[in-house]
Amino acid sequence: MDVLQLIVSGLANGCVYGLIALGFVLIYKATEAVNFAQGDFMMLGAFITLGLTNAEYMGLPFWVSVPIAILIMGVFGYLLDMLVLRRMFGQSQIAVVILTIALGFVLRFAAGAIWGHEPVSLQSPIAGKDVNLGGLVLGLDEVLVVIVTAVATLLLYFYFNVTKLGVAMQAASQNQLAAYYMGIPVKRVHSLIWALAGAVAAIAGVLFASKGSIDPSAGLLGIKAFAAAVIGGFGSLPGALLGGLIVGLIEPFASYYIAAGYSQIAPYLLLFLILVFRPHGILAQVHRKKV
Amino acid sequence: MRIVFKTSYDRDIDLFKHGPQAFWYGLLVVIMVALPWLLSEFFLGEIINVLIWALAGMGLMILVGHTGQASLGHAAFLAVGCYANVLLQERLGLPFILSFPLAGLISGVVGALIAIPMTRLHGIYLAIGTLAIAILTEDLIVIAEPLTGGISGMFSPNITLFGFEIERYSTPEAFYWLTLAIVIGVLLLYRNLLRSPLGRAFAAVRDSEVSAQAMGINIALTKATAFGMSTAVTGLAGAMMGHFAGFFNNETFNIIISIQLLLMIVVGGLGTIHGAFFGAIVVALLPQAIALSRDFLGSTLGLGSIAIPGLESALFGLILIGFILFEPMGIYGRWLKIRTYFELFPFYRRDMFRRQKSYLKTERMR
Amino acid sequence: MSLLEIDNVTLRFGGVVAVDKVSFNVEEGEVFALVGPNGAGKSTLFNLISRFYDPAEGDIRIDGKSILNREPHDIATLGIARTFQNIELFDQATVLQNLLVGRHRHRSGNLITNLLFTPFVRSEEHLHREAVEKVIDFLDLQPYREKYIAGLPYGVRKVVEMGRALALEPRLLLLDEPASGLSVEETQDVAFWIEDIKKQMGITVLMVEHDMHLVSSVSDRVLALADGKTLALGTPAEVQNHPAVVEAYIGAPLENEKADA
Repeated sequence: MDVLQLIVSGLANGCVYGLIALGFVLIYKATEAVNFAQGDFMMLGAFITLGLTNAEYMGLPFWVSVPIAILIMGVFGYLLDMLVLRRMFGQSQIAVVILTIALGFVLRFAAGAIWGHEPVSLQSPIAGKDVNLGGLVLGLDEVLVVIVTAVATLLLYFYFNVTKLGVAMQAASQNQLAAYYMGIPVKRVHSLIWALAGAVAAIAGVLFASKGSIDPSAGLLGIKAFAAAVIGGFGSLPGALLGGLIVGLIEPFASYYIAAGYSQIAPYLLLFLILVFRPHGILAQVHRKKV
Repeated sequence: MRIVFKTSYDRDIDLFKHGPQAFWYGLLVVIMVALPWLLSEFFLGEIINVLIWALAGMGLMILVGHTGQASLGHAAFLAVGCYANVLLQERLGLPFILSFPLAGLISGVVGALIAIPMTRLHGIYLAIGTLAIAILTEDLIVIAEPLTGGISGMFSPNITLFGFEIERYSTPEAFYWLTLAIVIGVLLLYRNLLRSPLGRAFAAVRDSEVSAQAMGINIALTKATAFGMSTAVTGLAGAMMGHFAGFFNNETFNIIISIQLLLMIVVGGLGTIHGAFFGAIVVALLPQAIALSRDFLGSTLGLGSIAIPGLESALFGLILIGFILFEPMGIYGRWLKIRTYFELFPFYRRDMFRRQKSYLKTERMR
Repeated sequence: MSLLEIDNVTLRFGGVVAVDKVSFNVEEGEVFALVGPNGAGKSTLFNLISRFYDPAEGDIRIDGKSILNREPHDIATLGIARTFQNIELFDQATVLQNLLVGRHRHRSGNLITNLLFTPFVRSEEHLHREAVEKVIDFLDLQPYREKYIAGLPYGVRKVVEMGRALALEPRLLLLDEPASGLSVEETQDVAFWIEDIKKQMGITVLMVEHDMHLVSSVSDRVLALADGKTLALGTPAEVQNHPAVVEAYIGAPLENEKADA
């Protein structure tokens, strides 16, 4: 296999990891919670799109069902925060982690019950087509994944650093009580963030499903994406994408140059080393607690 | 409400707060010892399963409940204990009486060594770090195939103890008593730990690292010790799991097991030894309860027996969500409330156990 | 030789100079107070002594020996105990357990003896308990012995934190705003306790405090700081009337104005 091919497929995988990692970071930045079910959100987004598009289900045109799926996942995220996570206000971070892990179990079961446990493929117009860039033949799915991810990251980055609501969301995470006193509707801001994370997960899901098949356990990919988020620096949007790309690239190269079994190990080994030597990721955002 | 007059500092140091408490726990031990004569072989097997899970739960509880360090990777140490125990028996020909404690020791030392570089990590970073260890261990078992058998796995030999052959199916009573003895032994050591200065140091690290440091507690050393003790106990549980299951491979101790262990002690009640046992009862008996209710529903509604994959973990997930939302102190917390209600009847107030409202501040400031 | 020597210490956070070439000595047996407006670097000095921060320049010495090569947890073994501005107690433990943690540096068991809870550990626990009971009697904490910190009122927590530091049997006690948030009566108690700590227990006290009334009633010497720099050092009366101190508090030099901030 060609090195360039490895790079492109690695980048495309990395973008999906990066998008899921973005979801983690979004929620973490704004609510200080860690959504371990983000991978399962992605899986659910993919299945909803599949349910809307595939002929054996609803058979809607692909370009209609994608926005609907994104919207559904957004609403799902909003309602989840409003009905469940809001009750967790003030509890420890680990409690939220455990809650979302449990939520992942439930989502996996629900998806399996509706769409079955066998891998199915999304009838996507992107899948299986090639683009020719000056003699270089690349999969359309892979190119599109990279473009969509880049655009989504840029939009989110500007949103958080420039717009008023974005800054309010950041403030809400730093100190909930103070943000509340400053007139920031902390609760609604949190729900909006969860909606945003749901929408991003749906995009990641569509891209992931376009590159292959999907089954309910695909949500476990979230663990790898989570590793990616930590490698990049939890709490930094560009860091999340960077981490995703690193993980995406390291996998094919490890299996190509070392042995097939090492593609699984490499990302976690890297994660472990990063945690030991640079505990808060490449783009760190941590300060010491004041006493 | 019972009022205990304390006439000596020993009252606060002893294992039991008062005579009646000692009596009830003594009675429980007697019943547990007599269980093989009261239960069928099938249910005895289930109880053994509960005890082994409780052992693993106690291991994790030392770390999560009493030292405040989250771990999503404890299945790795179940695996270390399990493989070490069997390999010591098969490769070095050691008897169970040596291989079993050595398996715990190896697991503990590995855990403490891994903990040393990770002691600087907090909360979520520690959780993901331990998660990485669990995944790496799973892969390492595959890579170290000549030793571990890789994907094709290993069969555990029968336990030979003082000339007796102990096996789950042919001598379930002996297997049960052995497990019970191990659990009680670990339980006593755990209780000792909690009332000793070391146990207080663990709690200090859990509640406030800065002031623990100011009181002269070496944070890194204390955390590494907690990790080592936690993984040692988990390793013992892993060794027993290996003997109980008879066969194991890389998938036996996968990441889901790690997560389930953590969820288990949360459902049981974090920060209490009781919690490990309550949680184990839920985790180990839930599949049976589902199977029984499914058979019951199937026969009464005439649907036949339908298998729904993933139902177990989904149901467990729902139970857990319910507990986190409505009873963060777990089953043990609920039990305390019920007991207090009857002790104080009719003077129990609803807000008696209410926790102070705390607002989340950023954990990025460490 | 002084008990504690702060020698020309400087600490920077990024571009901000939190402590700027501060020097002072604390003598055995005195009550030494640090005063100054918020952000003057008082608590930062405490954190430097606790070895939470490394100074950029200067030296900190105990009994003439530098402590800059020591780990933060070694500081307690040197006989230095402290409290925290925002109370850092072990919330999920009882008052008794909190105070017993203060005895940490006096324990001598190891992992094995602890796990087996040998008679030796038990007898040592008795001694720790006796020492802690003395502190409980001294600070009138008897009603709260078995109570969990999480449910205690603010004022009691402040006292428990002081008790935990005393249980350590320190030579030097660092009190970070012992009276902040306390009522007039409680502050009065704190003043009596500090007197007794100095006179009966022979413990040297270094404290940060805003309540000038408390400072002038208990302390032998006062150091005023502002923006990390030393303003004045002397008896409470001298420092209160020092022109630089008056200016730091009130903004303009005024005659005979009390710096009662």
